[in-house]
Amino acid sequence: MGITVSNISKSYKGVKALQDISFEVKPNELFGLIGPDGAGKTTLFRILTTLLIADKGQASVAGFDVLKDFKDIRKHVGYMPGRFSLYQDLTVEENLEFFATIFGTTIEENYDLIKDIYVQIEPFKDRRAGKLSGGMKQKLALSCALIHKPKVLFLDEPTTGVDPVSRKEFWDMLKRLQQKNITILVSTPYMDEAALCDRIALIQDGQILQIDTPEAIVKQYPKTIYNVSANNMYQLINSLKDYQYQHSVYPFGEFVHYTDVRNDFKINDLKMYLEAEKLLNIKIEKTQATIEDSFMELAKYPNRTCKLSKT
Amino acid sequence: MLPIIFVLPLLQLIILSNAATFEVKNIKFAYIDNDHSASSRALIDKFEASTYFDVLTVFPSETQASSAMLKGEVDVFLEIPSHFERDLQKNKTASLGVTINAIDGAAAGVENVYVTQIVQSYNKQIKTDLMQVSDAQIQPVTITSIPLFWYNETLNYKTFMVPGILVLLVTMITLFLSGMNIVREKEIGTLEQINVTPIKKSQFIIGKLFPFWVIGMGLLTIGLIIAKLIFNVPMIGDLLLMYFYTSIYILVILGMGLFISNFTDTQQQAMFIAWFFTVIFILMSGLFTPIESMPGWAQTLTEFNPIKYFVEVMRMVMLKGSGFVDILPQLVKTLVYAIIMNGLAVWSYKKTT
Repeated sequence: MGITVSNISKSYKGVKALQDISFEVKPNELFGLIGPDGAGKTTLFRILTTLLIADKGQASVAGFDVLKDFKDIRKHVGYMPGRFSLYQDLTVEENLEFFATIFGTTIEENYDLIKDIYVQIEPFKDRRAGKLSGGMKQKLALSCALIHKPKVLFLDEPTTGVDPVSRKEFWDMLKRLQQKNITILVSTPYMDEAALCDRIALIQDGQILQIDTPEAIVKQYPKTIYNVSANNMYQLINSLKDYQYQHSVYPFGEFVHYTDVRNDFKINDLKMYLEAEKLLNIKIEKTQATIEDSFMELAKYPNRTCKLSKT
Repeated sequence: MLPIIFVLPLLQLIILSNAATFEVKNIKFAYIDNDHSASSRALIDKFEASTYFDVLTVFPSETQASSAMLKGEVDVFLEIPSHFERDLQKNKTASLGVTINAIDGAAAGVENVYVTQIVQSYNKQIKTDLMQVSDAQIQPVTITSIPLFWYNETLNYKTFMVPGILVLLVTMITLFLSGMNIVREKEIGTLEQINVTPIKKSQFIIGKLFPFWVIGMGLLTIGLIIAKLIFNVPMIGDLLLMYFYTSIYILVILGMGLFISNFTDTQQQAMFIAWFFTVIFILMSGLFTPIESMPGWAQTLTEFNPIKYFVEVMRMVMLKGSGFVDILPQLVKTLVYAIIMNGLAVWSYKKTT
């Protein structure tokens, strides 16, 4: 009784926002939709929360069809839109009470579900929601989305614009909620958060590039990645990009992630080339691929999706 | 926000009711006396005695008077020809030249009437002075008409305007507030959250309507109190009946506001459309200009104007003391209008985007 999406397509005035999307979220799974802005994540959320009607395809949430049983879906899902959308003029407590009433329940009835989250904002319960900080707004929105004990929770970019500490806390909360039999679909543009999901779907330009566990996706990365560093980052990137055997060059923190087209690549070859380019302190070592590397690789060659999945 | 909702309209009521008058006063008056006789002096005195005219200056020639009017210094000037007195005594008749600035046609008409009245009263006086015994027999019988102004005996324009302006305020505030309401939720994004809840469309719309309905009724109450205390407008009819009618009328306006709100994406758009309709409704309501004098097609259009009915009912009940049966036609039309507008509002509110 998770989420089933089959062949969903949606376009806005000729622009294809979603193309033939299919995937399945198992019950009690923490499923991540990972993709850049404009990939179609919000559109998909709106279709699943019955705010938008798809042009083609079927979808069901918690066993209810998004078209036929939209009324049931609205009773059983919690939705947290990407933009803070609670009443800013109401206080923290009033907002919570308002949403509890709309769902025909009370705060007391489901208090244990939100307790962990709500205690953190309870000291500010008489403060207007609009006056809360970003992280606290997030917690309040999550509390309001959970107040009716939903079966499925939709979180559209919940951590965008939230500080790193609050982000980490937020993900810990999601992990705990998952243990309370709630299926969670979360979208995020941050690749580092992807590793925290049970399974992820990489999405770009309205198409799904790959669906798997984060570990499997990383494992399927077809190349060996090398961390390259030197004294001049900018020149390093330019030199690597000019190298005739380069396959991909992406800056990654203090390093540059480099892959080579040859299978019999030798570190020394590259080192000599870079030295000839007058770079100093050159370090080259093997490293593990990350979700970001996988995404970049998939985004570069979207048509190779199938081939990649087989390897 | 709440103080603004109440204080501004009441200020408007007080200011507009005192300022928006159809009376023409303080007319800038000048004259050219070519005669310099006792008779011409007496005529000028009449003008000076009038409260409507401010007798400003005397011009030596018509050319100068004309150029003063061109500059806007003078509204009306009277030219008394030379030999005015002699002609009166000899021929029992004399002519006067009156020039009126008619850029504002309505005001010019009123000024003309005032001038004529003064000249006429002067005429009567002079007649007795000039009458000779032999003329007594041929003196025609004068017929004087004494008009009775019903429902507003003293023709006090405030009695007429205050109920109308009160209608405007109740309408404008409720229309703008409700028109911007759902749109505001769209802008802030709260609507998206609300739409993913089991709340029913009708529940949502009623929840949106009710506060503004209360505000509308509150405005009416305060407006009526001011009308009574400050303007002493007579309230002959049943106030309960007026409240009953207003309660239905506000529903029409709120339904209209919500309907606008459902079709717009930003508060600016909603405001613009609401403003467009208010201006048409107000100017075609019979508040400032009588509907009877509008062309046929416009009169037909006013049938769809809720403000027209409210103005009618307000004046009928307050000034005339009309009862339930008298306002029944307006009441039924308003009720039908309310049902249609709110039906449309619920229908057009979609929980999907």
